[in-house]
Amino acid sequence: MNIIVCIKQVPDTTNVRIDPETNTLVRSGVQSIINPFDMYAIEEAIRLKEKFGGMVTIVTMGPPQAEEALREAISLGADEAVLVSDRAFAGSDTWATSYTLSKTIGKIGKFDLVICGKQAIDGDTAQVGPGIAAFMDIPQITFVKKIEDIKDSLICAERMTEEGYDIVESPLPCLITVVKEINEPRLPSLKGKMRAKKIEIRKLEAKDLDADPDSLGLKGSPTKVVKIFTPPPRKGGQILEGEAKDTSAKLVELLKGEICL
Amino acid sequence: MSIKVINEKCTGCKLCVKSCPFGAIEIVNKKAVIDMHKCTLCGACIESCKFDAIVLTKISPTDIQFPKKFDEHKDVWIFCEQKKGVVQSVAYELLGKGRELADTLGVDLCGVLLGENIKQEAQKIIHRGADKVYLVDSSALRHYQDEPYSKVLIQLIKEYNPEIVLCGASSIGRSLIARVAIGVHAGLTADCTALDIDKKERLLLQTRPAFGGNIMATIICPNHRPQMSTVRHKVMKEAGEDKHRKGKIIEKSYDAGIYSSRTRLLDVVEEIEETVNLTEANVIVSGGRGLVSPENFKMIEDLAKALGGAVGASRAAVDSGWKTYSHQVGQTGKTVCPKIYIACGISGQIQHLVGMQSSEIIVAINKDPHAPIFTVATYGIIGDIFEVVPELTRRFKEALGK
Repeated sequence: MNIIVCIKQVPDTTNVRIDPETNTLVRSGVQSIINPFDMYAIEEAIRLKEKFGGMVTIVTMGPPQAEEALREAISLGADEAVLVSDRAFAGSDTWATSYTLSKTIGKIGKFDLVICGKQAIDGDTAQVGPGIAAFMDIPQITFVKKIEDIKDSLICAERMTEEGYDIVESPLPCLITVVKEINEPRLPSLKGKMRAKKIEIRKLEAKDLDADPDSLGLKGSPTKVVKIFTPPPRKGGQILEGEAKDTSAKLVELLKGEICL
Repeated sequence: MSIKVINEKCTGCKLCVKSCPFGAIEIVNKKAVIDMHKCTLCGACIESCKFDAIVLTKISPTDIQFPKKFDEHKDVWIFCEQKKGVVQSVAYELLGKGRELADTLGVDLCGVLLGENIKQEAQKIIHRGADKVYLVDSSALRHYQDEPYSKVLIQLIKEYNPEIVLCGASSIGRSLIARVAIGVHAGLTADCTALDIDKKERLLLQTRPAFGGNIMATIICPNHRPQMSTVRHKVMKEAGEDKHRKGKIIEKSYDAGIYSSRTRLLDVVEEIEETVNLTEANVIVSGGRGLVSPENFKMIEDLAKALGGAVGASRAAVDSGWKTYSHQVGQTGKTVCPKIYIACGISGQIQHLVGMQSSEIIVAINKDPHAPIFTVATYGIIGDIFEVVPELTRRFKEALGK
């Protein structure tokens, strides 16, 4: 069972504070972390490897410093890591990112399963996973909360929906995206940390990918950001203090008109 | 495109550092330095600089070409998601917005409906403002499945060349539309909260939050058609219903190949834990760490029930095993925007706020007057949830005559 996990390095918003005066994010000194949803993807891949054998390869597209994220994934138990990094990729939207990652996966070789986190917490698009599957023309199961079984080259998984879940079966190779409920990620082992220090990360650039240069980076991105702005911050409103019976009576009065009778 | 700092003009004032959404600017030796690996050329720093010290050399011929003419691409399409043969409310919201966009552009508004035995629903889409409905009826389309749905939608788009395609940012929409966008080589913007038209260039201006709504980005798609977006549920207003409205239903059928699927849907499981699901709810009552133990969620459920709402939970409550993951609101859970969101015993960490701060009215109940949740609350009650919440339930029941 050979598994490829696509991850992204994102700013760690757990340490982000909101500036009380301007109500905007205070970003100074923000560390980078592996996208939280990708931690579940890595964990699931390692669990499958432990059960079925095979290799787990981690892939990330990003700046050179994204190598740290790959080393962290190795420390958790992944076998190999590939960094695909080039100035030519700058400004990629989800179309160009999916394209680049699909080309990268094509370079890695034979695989049974690609696992991605549901979405990245900085962009929140959830588009890259299905995008990769579309470029590679493999089936997908999105928002997986549980893998029920893998046998005879078939994977059966629970796909989270608004009302509950769908049970979907797919032939391998296929791509899945995972949600938080699927597992609880482990901590790195000492042995893993040692390995992560020493391992050689495979590095790929645009020229290594057999990719159409016009489909990469800003040039290959159909969407363009034309404006970024900070919305007027949401302000705190009326504070009610005092005895529970008084504050709740007041609130009911305030909300009465808003709740359909 | 390239960006650079003119050192002679830069005063090292740090305004640009604060404005950069990507943390790409540092002050080194009293001059701004842009980390090109982090920079996305968004231009936020340029607007912030009072000294014109940052310049973006835009539009070299290789970047954005002169927009191609897309005369053959017309109409605004709404993908009308159905479940169990019923069109979902998010589609009606999109029809409301879509009507506006189509009128501005002077084109037709069209619904796309895929399912089995659902012609009566096509009529409803017309009542909600569509001029035409493309209807594909097949047993293979009864439930949503990635492959048949994406293949049919790709086929329809290639056949009729719409200029805009909108779809709800739901679990169906997000799985489907990303595949379709690759298939038709279109630009796709996720989870938009505002849509508008640049009339001169006939461009769709798609605005979406990033970093949980602390930054907004407006995105265009100049050189590809259709322009595609998924749109957040509950942000747009539902289209009104006019039962006399007439429109055309165009029934399409295709060869069996298009309906084939490598994946198989074995079962559709509904977890009827609560009566209302979070993304659909008009009122959500959420509980957090302040509840102390799982059995105290009963009090949250009672208030939710009295208000006809759904139950949410903070990450802390879910990680402690008090509520299942499907109830989690926030960064690693769901993003919701109900009319009223009541946070009980939730301190309001940034990860929670990003999931609920677009709610119309936020009520926070917390005993800590310094809890960050109060900075976003329309109404804040400083008090003990164990006293306030049951009291609220009682009074709401009374007021609502229950």
